[in-house]
Amino acid sequence: MNPTLHAARLGLSRGWTEFKHSLTNAQDIGFTIVSTTAFVVVLYFQRDAKVPGTDLSLAAATLPGILGLGMAFNGLVGAVGALAVEREDGTLLRAKALPQGMVGYLVGRIVSLSLTAVGGLLIVIVAGLILVPELAGAGAGGWLTVAWVALLGLLATLPWGAVIGSLATSPQTAAGLSMLTMGGISAVSGIFYPITALLPWLQVIGQAFPLYWLGLGMRSALLPDAAAAAELGGSWRPLETLGVLLAWSVAGLVLAPPILRRMARRESGSLMQVRRERALQRIG
Amino acid sequence: MSVTSALDGDINVTNTDTAIEVSGLHMSYGPLEVLRGVDFTVAPGEVIALLGPNGAGKTTTIEILEGFRMPSAGHVRVLGTEPAKGDERWRAGLGVVLQSWRDHGRWPVHKLLEHLGRYYAPYSTPGRPRPLDTGELIEAVGLTEQAGRRVSRLSGGQRRRLDVAIGIVGRPEVLFLDEPTAGFDPQARRDFHDLVHRLSDLDDTTILLTTHDLDEAEKLADRILILAGGKIVADGSADRLSREVSRDAQVRWSRGGEQFVHATEDATAFVRDLFAQYGEQIGDLEVRRATLEDTYMAILKKEEG
Repeated sequence: MNPTLHAARLGLSRGWTEFKHSLTNAQDIGFTIVSTTAFVVVLYFQRDAKVPGTDLSLAAATLPGILGLGMAFNGLVGAVGALAVEREDGTLLRAKALPQGMVGYLVGRIVSLSLTAVGGLLIVIVAGLILVPELAGAGAGGWLTVAWVALLGLLATLPWGAVIGSLATSPQTAAGLSMLTMGGISAVSGIFYPITALLPWLQVIGQAFPLYWLGLGMRSALLPDAAAAAELGGSWRPLETLGVLLAWSVAGLVLAPPILRRMARRESGSLMQVRRERALQRIG
Repeated sequence: MSVTSALDGDINVTNTDTAIEVSGLHMSYGPLEVLRGVDFTVAPGEVIALLGPNGAGKTTTIEILEGFRMPSAGHVRVLGTEPAKGDERWRAGLGVVLQSWRDHGRWPVHKLLEHLGRYYAPYSTPGRPRPLDTGELIEAVGLTEQAGRRVSRLSGGQRRRLDVAIGIVGRPEVLFLDEPTAGFDPQARRDFHDLVHRLSDLDDTTILLTTHDLDEAEKLADRILILAGGKIVADGSADRLSREVSRDAQVRWSRGGEQFVHATEDATAFVRDLFAQYGEQIGDLEVRRATLEDTYMAILKKEEG
Protein backbone atom coordinates (compact mmCIF):
# COMPACT_ATOMS: atom_id res chain seq x y z
CA MET A 1 0.00 0.00 0.00
CA ASN A 2 1.49 3.34 -1.06
CA PRO A 3 1.27 5.53 2.07
CA THR A 4 0.80 8.79 0.16
CA LEU A 5 -2.02 7.42 -1.99
CA HIS A 6 -3.51 5.84 1.11
CA ALA A 7 -3.46 9.23 2.87
CA ALA A 8 -4.98 10.90 -0.19
CA ARG A 9 -7.85 8.40 -0.07
CA LEU A 10 -8.27 9.11 3.64
CA GLY A 11 -8.39 12.78 2.63
CA LEU A 12 -11.30 12.07 0.29
CA SER A 13 -13.34 10.44 3.04
CA ARG A 14 -12.25 13.19 5.42
CA GLY A 15 -13.48 15.87 3.00
CA TRP A 16 -16.82 14.13 2.58
CA THR A 17 -17.23 13.83 6.35
CA GLU A 18 -16.33 17.49 6.90
CA PHE A 19 -18.79 18.50 4.18
CA LYS A 20 -21.57 16.51 5.86
CA HIS A 21 -20.68 18.13 9.18
CA SER A 22 -20.98 21.59 7.62
CA LEU A 23 -24.48 20.67 6.39
CA THR A 24 -25.62 20.04 9.95
CA ASN A 25 -23.86 23.04 11.44
CA ALA A 26 -26.24 25.93 12.07
CA GLN A 27 -23.59 28.60 11.58
CA ASP A 28 -22.29 27.23 8.27
CA ILE A 29 -25.67 26.46 6.84
CA GLY A 30 -27.03 29.78 8.11
CA PHE A 31 -24.36 31.67 6.18
CA THR A 32 -25.16 29.76 2.99
CA ILE A 33 -28.89 30.37 3.42
CA VAL A 34 -28.49 34.10 4.05
CA SER A 35 -26.12 34.69 1.13
CA THR A 36 -28.13 32.53 -1.26
CA THR A 37 -31.38 34.18 -0.21
CA ALA A 38 -29.83 37.58 -0.87
CA PHE A 39 -28.88 36.51 -4.38
CA VAL A 40 -32.31 35.04 -5.04
CA VAL A 41 -34.01 38.22 -3.82
CA VAL A 42 -31.84 40.25 -6.21
CA LEU A 43 -32.82 37.95 -9.07
CA TYR A 44 -36.49 38.17 -8.08
CA PHE A 45 -36.58 41.97 -8.24
CA GLN A 46 -34.64 42.00 -11.49
CA ARG A 47 -36.81 39.45 -13.27
CA ASP A 48 -39.04 41.97 -15.10
CA ALA A 49 -36.41 44.65 -15.76
CA LYS A 50 -34.61 44.56 -19.08
CA VAL A 51 -31.01 45.33 -19.89
CA PRO A 52 -31.33 48.72 -21.67
CA GLY A 53 -31.44 48.34 -25.44
CA THR A 54 -32.04 44.56 -25.37
CA ASP A 55 -34.83 42.16 -24.50
CA LEU A 56 -32.55 40.35 -22.05
CA SER A 57 -33.86 40.42 -18.49
CA LEU A 58 -31.60 42.03 -15.94
CA ALA A 59 -31.85 38.87 -13.83
CA ALA A 60 -30.46 36.77 -16.69
CA ALA A 61 -27.55 39.17 -17.02
CA THR A 62 -26.79 39.13 -13.27
CA LEU A 63 -27.12 35.41 -12.57
CA PRO A 64 -23.90 34.30 -14.34
CA GLY A 65 -21.96 36.90 -12.38
CA ILE A 66 -23.41 35.54 -9.14
CA LEU A 67 -22.32 32.02 -10.11
CA GLY A 68 -18.80 33.26 -10.84
CA LEU A 69 -18.64 35.27 -7.62
CA GLY A 70 -19.85 32.25 -5.63
CA MET A 71 -17.04 30.07 -6.91
CA ALA A 72 -14.38 32.69 -6.22
CA PHE A 73 -15.85 33.50 -2.81
CA ASN A 74 -16.07 29.89 -1.70
CA GLY A 75 -12.62 29.14 -3.07
CA LEU A 76 -10.77 32.09 -1.62
CA VAL A 77 -12.62 33.04 1.57
CA GLY A 78 -13.43 29.41 2.36
CA ALA A 79 -9.80 28.33 2.14
CA VAL A 80 -8.54 31.34 4.08
CA GLY A 81 -11.08 30.84 6.86
CA ALA A 82 -10.54 27.10 7.17
CA LEU A 83 -6.76 27.37 7.30
CA ALA A 84 -6.72 30.27 9.74
CA VAL A 85 -9.14 28.58 12.12
CA GLU A 86 -7.54 25.16 11.88
CA ARG A 87 -4.10 26.52 12.54
CA GLU A 88 -5.41 27.96 15.78
CA ASP A 89 -7.50 25.05 17.00
CA GLY A 90 -4.79 22.43 16.44
CA THR A 91 -6.26 20.55 13.46
CA LEU A 92 -3.16 21.30 11.43
CA LEU A 93 -0.80 20.25 14.16
CA ARG A 94 -2.76 17.03 14.59
CA ALA A 95 -2.29 16.40 10.87
CA LYS A 96 1.39 17.12 11.25
CA ALA A 97 1.68 14.54 14.02
CA LEU A 98 0.31 11.79 11.74
CA PRO A 99 2.32 9.99 9.07
CA GLN A 100 1.30 11.64 5.76
CA GLY A 101 -1.23 13.59 7.78
CA MET A 102 -0.73 16.81 5.81
CA VAL A 103 -1.60 15.02 2.56
CA GLY A 104 -4.84 13.80 4.11
CA TYR A 105 -5.58 17.22 5.55
CA LEU A 106 -5.04 19.09 2.28
CA VAL A 107 -6.97 16.64 0.13
CA GLY A 108 -9.76 16.68 2.70
CA ARG A 109 -9.92 20.46 2.72
CA ILE A 110 -9.90 20.70 -1.09
CA VAL A 111 -12.73 18.17 -1.28
CA SER A 112 -14.90 19.80 1.40
CA LEU A 113 -14.39 23.33 0.05
CA SER A 114 -15.11 22.19 -3.50
CA LEU A 115 -18.26 20.39 -2.41
CA THR A 116 -19.42 23.51 -0.58
CA ALA A 117 -18.72 25.66 -3.64
CA VAL A 118 -20.47 23.27 -6.03
CA GLY A 119 -23.39 22.96 -3.62
CA GLY A 120 -23.76 26.74 -3.59
CA LEU A 121 -23.54 26.80 -7.39
CA LEU A 122 -26.32 24.23 -7.72
CA ILE A 123 -28.63 26.10 -5.35
CA VAL A 124 -28.29 29.33 -7.34
CA ILE A 125 -28.75 27.46 -10.64
CA VAL A 126 -31.95 25.83 -9.39
CA ALA A 127 -33.26 29.21 -8.18
CA GLY A 128 -32.24 30.64 -11.56
CA LEU A 129 -34.08 27.97 -13.52
CA ILE A 130 -37.27 28.95 -11.71
CA LEU A 131 -36.88 32.74 -11.82
CA VAL A 132 -34.99 33.27 -15.08
CA PRO A 133 -36.67 31.57 -18.05
CA GLU A 134 -33.77 32.42 -20.40
CA LEU A 135 -31.59 29.94 -18.49
CA ALA A 136 -33.48 26.97 -19.93
CA GLY A 137 -32.15 27.85 -23.37
CA ALA A 138 -28.51 27.39 -22.37
CA GLY A 139 -28.15 23.93 -23.90
CA ALA A 140 -25.63 21.16 -23.20
CA GLY A 141 -22.68 23.17 -24.49
CA GLY A 142 -23.58 26.01 -22.16
CA TRP A 143 -23.72 23.77 -19.08
CA LEU A 144 -20.42 22.20 -20.06
CA THR A 145 -18.91 25.68 -20.11
CA VAL A 146 -20.43 26.36 -16.68
CA ALA A 147 -18.70 23.21 -15.44
CA TRP A 148 -15.22 24.00 -16.71
CA VAL A 149 -15.38 27.65 -15.75
CA ALA A 150 -16.50 26.64 -12.25
CA LEU A 151 -13.72 24.08 -11.94
CA LEU A 152 -11.06 26.47 -13.18
CA GLY A 153 -12.48 29.17 -10.93
CA LEU A 154 -11.91 26.91 -7.93
CA LEU A 155 -8.41 26.04 -9.08
CA ALA A 156 -7.61 29.71 -9.60
CA THR A 157 -8.81 30.79 -6.14
CA LEU A 158 -8.36 27.89 -3.66
CA PRO A 159 -4.53 27.90 -3.67
CA TRP A 160 -4.52 31.66 -3.20
CA GLY A 161 -6.84 31.26 -0.24
CA ALA A 162 -4.34 28.79 1.20
CA VAL A 163 -1.55 31.32 0.68
CA ILE A 164 -3.42 34.13 2.47
CA GLY A 165 -4.51 31.74 5.22
CA SER A 166 -0.88 30.69 5.73
CA LEU A 167 0.46 34.22 5.88
CA ALA A 168 -2.20 35.69 8.18
CA THR A 169 -1.32 35.78 11.86
CA SER A 170 -4.83 35.27 13.23
CA PRO A 171 -8.29 34.21 12.01
CA GLN A 172 -9.44 37.81 12.36
CA THR A 173 -6.63 39.12 10.17
CA ALA A 174 -7.33 36.35 7.70
CA ALA A 175 -11.03 37.11 7.50
CA GLY A 176 -10.37 40.82 7.15
CA LEU A 177 -7.74 40.31 4.46
CA SER A 178 -9.80 37.94 2.38
CA MET A 179 -13.03 39.95 2.61
CA LEU A 180 -11.16 43.11 1.67
CA THR A 181 -9.54 41.36 -1.28
CA MET A 182 -12.84 39.93 -2.46
CA GLY A 183 -14.70 43.21 -1.96
CA GLY A 184 -12.08 45.22 -3.80
CA ILE A 185 -11.85 42.83 -6.70
CA SER A 186 -15.58 42.28 -7.12
CA ALA A 187 -16.10 46.07 -7.29
CA VAL A 188 -14.02 46.24 -10.48
CA SER A 189 -14.95 42.88 -12.00
CA GLY A 190 -18.28 43.71 -13.57
CA ILE A 191 -20.23 41.22 -11.48
CA PHE A 192 -23.33 43.29 -10.67
CA TYR A 193 -22.92 45.96 -13.35
CA PRO A 194 -21.05 45.92 -16.68
CA ILE A 195 -17.30 46.47 -16.54
CA THR A 196 -17.72 48.77 -19.56
CA ALA A 197 -19.27 51.33 -17.20
CA LEU A 198 -15.96 51.67 -15.32
CA LEU A 199 -13.04 54.01 -16.01
CA PRO A 200 -10.54 52.42 -18.42
CA TRP A 201 -7.78 51.98 -15.82
CA LEU A 202 -10.23 50.24 -13.48
CA GLN A 203 -11.17 47.96 -16.36
CA VAL A 204 -7.51 47.00 -16.69
CA ILE A 205 -7.29 46.18 -12.98
CA GLY A 206 -10.51 44.19 -13.13
CA GLN A 207 -9.25 42.12 -16.04
CA ALA A 208 -6.05 41.28 -14.21
CA PHE A 209 -7.95 39.21 -11.65
CA PRO A 210 -9.78 35.90 -12.17
CA LEU A 211 -13.17 37.13 -10.95
CA TYR A 212 -13.98 39.16 -14.09
CA TRP A 213 -13.19 36.14 -16.27
CA LEU A 214 -15.25 33.85 -14.08
CA GLY A 215 -18.24 36.14 -14.60
CA LEU A 216 -17.52 36.49 -18.31
CA GLY A 217 -17.16 32.73 -18.74
CA MET A 218 -20.48 32.12 -16.98
CA ARG A 219 -22.21 34.78 -19.11
CA SER A 220 -20.81 33.20 -22.28
CA ALA A 221 -22.26 29.89 -21.14
CA LEU A 222 -25.73 31.05 -20.16
CA LEU A 223 -26.57 34.14 -22.26
CA PRO A 224 -27.54 34.23 -25.93
CA ASP A 225 -24.63 34.94 -28.28
CA ALA A 226 -26.02 38.37 -29.13
CA ALA A 227 -25.33 39.48 -25.55
CA ALA A 228 -21.60 39.32 -26.25
CA ALA A 229 -21.98 42.68 -27.95
CA ALA A 230 -22.22 44.29 -24.50
CA GLU A 231 -18.85 42.89 -23.41
CA LEU A 232 -15.42 44.45 -23.81
CA GLY A 233 -14.34 43.95 -27.40
CA GLY A 234 -17.82 42.72 -28.24
CA SER A 235 -16.78 39.09 -27.72
CA TRP A 236 -16.91 36.35 -25.06
CA ARG A 237 -13.15 35.96 -25.44
CA PRO A 238 -13.17 32.25 -24.40
CA LEU A 239 -9.45 31.75 -25.08
CA GLU A 240 -8.49 34.71 -22.95
CA THR A 241 -10.83 33.43 -20.21
CA LEU A 242 -9.13 30.04 -20.29
CA GLY A 243 -5.70 31.67 -20.39
CA VAL A 244 -6.17 34.03 -17.46
CA LEU A 245 -7.85 31.43 -15.24
CA LEU A 246 -5.15 28.88 -16.07
CA ALA A 247 -2.41 31.41 -15.35
CA TRP A 248 -3.87 32.16 -11.91
CA SER A 249 -4.29 28.43 -11.23
CA VAL A 250 -0.72 27.59 -12.18
CA ALA A 251 0.73 30.52 -10.24
CA GLY A 252 -1.32 29.58 -7.17
CA LEU A 253 -0.48 25.90 -7.40
CA VAL A 254 3.22 26.69 -7.71
CA LEU A 255 3.22 29.23 -4.89
CA ALA A 256 0.91 27.54 -2.38
CA PRO A 257 2.83 24.31 -1.54
CA PRO A 258 6.09 25.95 -0.37
CA ILE A 259 4.18 28.59 1.59
CA LEU A 260 1.96 25.94 3.14
CA ARG A 261 5.01 23.83 3.97
CA ARG A 262 6.76 26.77 5.55
CA MET A 263 3.71 27.59 7.64
CA ALA A 264 3.21 23.94 8.65
CA ARG A 265 6.86 23.53 9.57
CA ARG A 266 6.59 26.46 11.94
CA GLU A 267 3.44 25.20 13.63
CA SER A 268 4.01 23.96 17.14
CA GLY A 269 2.04 23.52 20.29
CA SER A 270 3.56 26.52 22.02
CA LEU A 271 2.95 28.75 19.00
CA MET A 272 -0.69 27.65 19.09
CA GLN A 273 -0.78 28.43 22.80
CA VAL A 274 0.56 31.95 22.23
CA ARG A 275 -2.08 32.62 19.58
CA ARG A 276 -4.79 31.26 21.83
CA GLU A 277 -3.73 33.50 24.70
CA ARG A 278 -3.77 36.48 22.38
CA ALA A 279 -7.24 35.51 21.20
CA LEU A 280 -8.46 35.27 24.78
CA GLN A 281 -7.09 38.73 25.48
CA ARG A 282 -9.05 40.09 22.56
CA ILE A 283 -12.23 38.60 23.95
CA GLY A 284 -11.58 39.45 27.60
CA MET B 1 29.73 9.69 3.43
CA SER B 2 31.82 12.82 3.05
CA VAL B 3 34.73 13.85 5.18
CA THR B 4 33.15 17.17 6.03
CA SER B 5 30.07 15.61 7.50
CA ALA B 6 32.32 13.41 9.62
CA LEU B 7 34.08 16.53 10.85
CA ASP B 8 30.77 18.16 11.60
CA GLY B 9 30.03 15.30 13.89
CA ASP B 10 27.01 14.68 11.74
CA ILE B 11 27.58 10.98 11.36
CA ASN B 12 24.88 8.92 12.88
CA VAL B 13 26.61 7.02 15.65
CA THR B 14 23.27 6.01 17.04
CA ASN B 15 23.25 3.31 19.58
CA THR B 16 20.28 1.04 18.95
CA ASP B 17 20.01 0.59 22.70
CA THR B 18 18.59 4.07 23.08
CA ALA B 19 15.17 5.33 22.06
CA ILE B 20 16.01 8.97 22.74
CA GLU B 21 19.44 10.59 22.78
CA VAL B 22 19.97 14.23 23.65
CA SER B 23 23.32 15.89 24.18
CA GLY B 24 24.38 19.52 24.30
CA LEU B 25 20.88 20.65 23.35
CA HIS B 26 20.61 24.42 23.17
CA MET B 27 17.56 26.46 22.33
CA SER B 28 17.23 30.23 22.19
CA TYR B 29 14.27 32.39 21.32
CA GLY B 30 16.03 35.55 20.23
CA PRO B 31 18.12 36.70 23.16
CA LEU B 32 16.28 34.39 25.54
CA GLU B 33 18.18 31.17 26.17
CA VAL B 34 15.71 28.49 27.21
CA LEU B 35 17.86 25.37 27.01
CA ARG B 36 21.59 25.59 27.75
CA GLY B 37 23.06 22.18 27.18
CA VAL B 38 20.51 19.50 27.97
CA ASP B 39 21.85 15.93 28.11
CA PHE B 40 19.98 12.70 28.67
CA THR B 41 19.23 9.35 27.10
CA VAL B 42 16.20 7.11 27.33
CA ALA B 43 16.34 3.35 26.81
CA PRO B 44 13.60 1.54 24.85
CA GLY B 45 10.64 0.76 27.08
CA GLU B 46 11.64 3.24 29.76
CA VAL B 47 9.09 5.62 31.26
CA ILE B 48 10.61 9.03 31.99
CA ALA B 49 9.01 11.96 33.77
CA LEU B 50 10.36 15.37 32.93
CA LEU B 51 9.78 17.75 35.81
CA GLY B 52 10.58 21.40 36.26
CA PRO B 53 9.10 24.78 37.08
CA ASN B 54 6.94 26.62 34.55
CA GLY B 55 9.06 28.10 31.80
CA ALA B 56 11.94 25.71 32.41
CA GLY B 57 11.75 24.50 28.81
CA LYS B 58 9.93 21.16 29.24
CA THR B 59 7.54 21.80 26.37
CA THR B 60 10.33 23.20 24.19
CA THR B 61 12.37 20.03 24.78
CA ILE B 62 9.43 17.80 23.89
CA GLU B 63 8.63 19.83 20.77
CA ILE B 64 12.21 19.47 19.57
CA LEU B 65 12.04 15.70 20.12
CA GLU B 66 8.72 15.56 18.24
CA GLY B 67 10.33 17.35 15.31
CA PHE B 68 8.00 20.34 15.65
CA ARG B 69 10.79 22.76 16.49
CA MET B 70 14.38 23.19 15.32
CA PRO B 71 16.97 23.28 18.09
CA SER B 72 19.57 26.06 18.04
CA ALA B 73 22.34 23.54 18.59
CA GLY B 74 22.98 20.06 19.87
CA HIS B 75 22.70 16.39 19.05
CA VAL B 76 19.19 14.94 19.16
CA ARG B 77 18.10 11.46 18.05
CA VAL B 78 14.72 9.83 18.44
CA LEU B 79 14.51 6.22 17.27
CA GLY B 80 17.91 6.79 15.69
CA THR B 81 16.78 9.74 13.57
CA GLU B 82 17.31 13.46 13.86
CA PRO B 83 13.73 14.71 14.47
CA ALA B 84 14.04 17.73 12.15
CA LYS B 85 14.86 15.31 9.30
CA GLY B 86 12.48 12.52 10.27
CA ASP B 87 10.42 11.06 7.43
CA GLU B 88 6.86 9.74 7.55
CA ARG B 89 7.96 6.24 8.53
CA TRP B 90 9.79 7.71 11.50
CA ARG B 91 6.73 9.83 12.28
CA ALA B 92 4.57 6.69 12.32
CA GLY B 93 6.64 5.40 15.25
CA LEU B 94 5.80 8.39 17.42
CA GLY B 95 2.76 9.27 19.47
CA VAL B 96 2.17 12.88 20.38
CA VAL B 97 -0.12 14.31 23.06
CA LEU B 98 0.18 18.08 23.33
CA GLN B 99 -0.95 20.29 26.18
CA SER B 100 -4.06 21.52 24.47
CA TRP B 101 -6.05 20.69 21.41
CA ARG B 102 -9.57 21.74 20.53
CA ASP B 103 -9.71 20.47 16.98
CA HIS B 104 -12.25 18.25 15.22
CA GLY B 105 -15.08 19.43 17.46
CA ARG B 106 -17.75 18.22 15.06
CA TRP B 107 -16.46 14.67 14.72
CA PRO B 108 -17.98 11.85 16.76
CA VAL B 109 -15.36 10.32 19.07
CA HIS B 110 -15.21 6.84 17.52
CA LYS B 111 -15.24 8.17 13.97
CA LEU B 112 -12.35 10.55 14.62
CA LEU B 113 -10.28 7.91 16.34
CA GLU B 114 -10.89 5.46 13.51
CA HIS B 115 -10.08 8.05 10.84
CA LEU B 116 -6.82 9.13 12.48
CA GLY B 117 -5.84 5.52 13.18
CA ARG B 118 -6.09 4.60 9.50
CA TYR B 119 -3.10 6.78 8.66
CA TYR B 120 -0.94 4.21 10.46
CA ALA B 121 -2.20 1.20 8.51
CA PRO B 122 0.60 1.32 5.88
CA TYR B 123 3.14 1.05 8.70
CA SER B 124 1.65 -2.08 10.21
CA THR B 125 4.07 -4.97 10.71
CA PRO B 126 3.36 -8.54 11.90
CA GLY B 127 5.16 -7.78 15.17
CA ARG B 128 3.35 -4.49 15.64
CA PRO B 129 -0.07 -4.42 13.97
CA ARG B 130 -1.29 -0.87 13.46
CA PRO B 131 -3.60 0.82 14.27
CA LEU B 132 -5.11 -0.34 17.56
CA ASP B 133 -8.73 -1.44 17.49
CA THR B 134 -10.90 1.65 17.92
CA GLY B 135 -13.45 0.00 20.20
CA GLU B 136 -10.86 -1.48 22.53
CA LEU B 137 -8.95 1.77 22.68
CA ILE B 138 -12.09 3.75 23.51
CA GLU B 139 -12.80 1.29 26.28
CA ALA B 140 -9.22 1.49 27.54
CA VAL B 141 -9.47 5.26 28.00
CA GLY B 142 -12.96 4.97 29.48
CA LEU B 143 -14.92 6.74 26.77
CA THR B 144 -17.27 3.90 25.79
CA GLU B 145 -20.33 5.85 26.88
CA GLN B 146 -19.18 8.91 24.92
CA ALA B 147 -18.13 6.99 21.78
CA GLY B 148 -20.96 8.41 19.68
CA ARG B 149 -20.76 11.90 21.10
CA ARG B 150 -19.30 14.85 19.24
CA VAL B 151 -15.85 15.85 20.44
CA SER B 152 -17.04 19.37 21.28
CA ARG B 153 -19.54 17.88 23.76
CA LEU B 154 -16.88 16.14 25.85
CA SER B 155 -15.81 17.46 29.24
CA GLY B 156 -12.24 18.66 29.69
CA GLY B 157 -11.09 15.37 31.20
CA GLN B 158 -12.85 13.28 28.57
CA ARG B 159 -11.31 15.41 25.83
CA ARG B 160 -7.89 14.80 27.35
CA ARG B 161 -8.45 11.06 27.41
CA LEU B 162 -9.39 11.21 23.75
CA ASP B 163 -6.13 13.08 23.09
CA VAL B 164 -4.24 10.29 24.80
CA ALA B 165 -6.16 7.70 22.77
CA ILE B 166 -5.26 9.52 19.55
CA GLY B 167 -1.65 9.65 20.70
CA ILE B 168 -1.46 5.87 21.06
CA VAL B 169 -3.80 4.72 18.27
CA GLY B 170 -0.80 4.08 16.01
CA ARG B 171 0.92 1.89 18.63
CA PRO B 172 3.90 4.20 18.92
CA GLU B 173 7.35 3.03 19.89
CA VAL B 174 7.94 6.40 21.53
CA LEU B 175 5.13 8.35 23.15
CA PHE B 176 5.36 12.01 24.19
CA LEU B 177 2.85 13.19 26.76
CA ASP B 178 2.83 16.86 27.68
CA GLU B 179 0.91 17.20 30.97
CA PRO B 180 -1.45 14.37 30.08
CA THR B 181 -3.54 14.39 33.25
CA ALA B 182 -4.21 18.11 33.66
CA GLY B 183 -7.92 18.37 34.42
CA PHE B 184 -8.44 14.68 35.29
CA ASP B 185 -10.50 13.67 38.27
CA PRO B 186 -8.89 11.13 40.64
CA GLN B 187 -10.64 8.14 39.04
CA ALA B 188 -9.64 9.20 35.52
CA ARG B 189 -6.11 9.79 36.75
CA ARG B 190 -5.88 6.32 38.20
CA ASP B 191 -7.29 4.78 34.99
CA PHE B 192 -4.76 6.73 33.01
CA HIS B 193 -1.91 5.47 35.17
CA ASP B 194 -3.08 1.90 34.55
CA LEU B 195 -3.12 2.61 30.84
CA VAL B 196 0.44 3.93 30.89
CA HIS B 197 1.60 0.88 32.82
CA ARG B 198 -0.06 -1.40 30.30
CA LEU B 199 1.50 0.46 27.37
CA SER B 200 4.96 0.22 28.77
CA ASP B 201 4.57 -3.39 29.96
CA LEU B 202 2.75 -4.97 27.02
CA ASP B 203 3.86 -2.83 24.12
CA ASP B 204 7.29 -1.86 25.42
CA THR B 205 6.47 1.75 24.56
CA THR B 206 9.08 4.31 25.51
CA ILE B 207 7.28 7.14 27.25
CA LEU B 208 8.42 10.66 28.00
CA LEU B 209 5.92 12.69 29.96
CA THR B 210 5.91 16.08 31.59
CA THR B 211 3.82 16.70 34.67
CA HIS B 212 3.44 18.99 37.65
CA ASP B 213 2.07 16.14 39.71
CA LEU B 214 5.02 14.70 41.61
CA ASP B 215 2.96 11.86 42.94
CA GLU B 216 2.17 10.90 39.37
CA ALA B 217 5.82 11.11 38.35
CA GLU B 218 6.77 8.82 41.20
CA LYS B 219 4.04 6.31 40.36
CA LEU B 220 4.65 6.17 36.62
CA ALA B 221 8.26 6.87 35.91
CA ASP B 222 11.24 4.54 36.02
CA ARG B 223 13.37 7.62 36.04
CA ILE B 224 12.84 11.29 36.78
CA LEU B 225 14.58 14.17 35.04
CA ILE B 226 14.43 17.61 36.59
CA LEU B 227 14.89 20.49 34.18
CA ALA B 228 15.82 23.84 35.74
CA GLY B 229 17.75 26.82 34.47
CA GLY B 230 17.92 25.26 31.01
CA LYS B 231 19.76 22.12 32.17
CA ILE B 232 19.00 18.70 33.58
CA VAL B 233 19.83 19.13 37.25
CA ALA B 234 18.76 15.71 38.45
CA ASP B 235 18.43 12.33 36.77
CA GLY B 236 17.48 9.14 38.55
CA SER B 237 14.70 7.10 40.11
CA ALA B 238 12.56 8.90 42.68
CA ASP B 239 14.20 6.80 45.36
CA ARG B 240 17.71 7.62 44.26
CA LEU B 241 16.96 11.32 44.00
CA SER B 242 15.58 11.34 47.53
CA ARG B 243 18.67 9.63 48.86
CA GLU B 244 20.93 12.06 47.06
CA VAL B 245 19.25 15.02 48.64
CA SER B 246 18.83 13.61 52.10
CA ARG B 247 19.46 10.23 53.62
CA ASP B 248 17.47 11.13 56.68
CA ALA B 249 14.11 9.62 57.47
CA GLN B 250 11.74 11.09 60.00
CA VAL B 251 10.54 8.81 62.75
CA ARG B 252 7.47 9.84 64.73
CA TRP B 253 6.02 8.03 67.72
CA SER B 254 4.15 8.61 70.93
CA ARG B 255 4.92 7.46 74.44
CA GLY B 256 3.00 8.23 77.54
CA GLY B 257 0.71 10.65 75.73
CA GLU B 258 3.65 12.64 74.35
CA GLN B 259 4.60 13.00 70.66
CA PHE B 260 8.19 12.58 69.50
CA VAL B 261 10.01 13.26 66.21
CA HIS B 262 13.51 12.19 65.32
CA ALA B 263 15.51 12.44 62.09
CA THR B 264 17.91 9.62 61.38
CA GLU B 265 19.91 8.08 58.59
CA ASP B 266 19.18 4.53 59.71
CA ALA B 267 15.52 4.42 60.65
CA THR B 268 15.44 0.63 61.03
CA ALA B 269 18.17 0.55 63.68
CA PHE B 270 16.63 3.49 65.48
CA VAL B 271 13.21 1.87 65.67
CA ARG B 272 14.74 -1.42 66.83
CA ASP B 273 16.45 0.40 69.71
CA LEU B 274 13.27 2.27 70.46
CA PHE B 275 11.32 -0.96 70.91
CA ALA B 276 14.13 -2.59 72.84
CA GLN B 277 14.09 0.32 75.26
CA TYR B 278 10.35 0.98 75.66
CA GLY B 279 8.57 -2.05 74.21
CA GLU B 280 4.84 -1.76 74.38
CA GLN B 281 4.80 1.86 75.48
CA ILE B 282 5.47 2.93 71.89
CA GLY B 283 2.43 3.96 69.86
CA ASP B 284 1.54 5.78 66.60
CA LEU B 285 4.83 4.77 64.98
CA GLU B 286 5.46 6.37 61.61
CA VAL B 287 8.62 6.34 59.49
CA ARG B 288 8.69 8.78 56.63
CA ARG B 289 11.38 9.15 54.04
CA ALA B 290 11.75 12.42 52.17
CA THR B 291 8.95 12.52 49.58
CA LEU B 292 9.65 13.34 45.98
CA GLU B 293 8.13 16.71 46.69
CA ASP B 294 10.68 17.42 49.46
CA THR B 295 13.43 16.26 47.14
CA TYR B 296 12.16 18.30 44.23
CA MET B 297 11.90 21.48 46.29
CA ALA B 298 15.36 20.90 47.78
CA ILE B 299 16.91 20.39 44.34
CA LEU B 300 15.26 23.50 42.92
CA LYS B 301 16.33 25.55 45.92
CA LYS B 302 19.91 24.39 45.51
CA GLU B 303 19.80 25.29 41.81
CA GLU B 304 18.50 28.75 42.48
CA GLY B 305 21.53 29.09 44.74
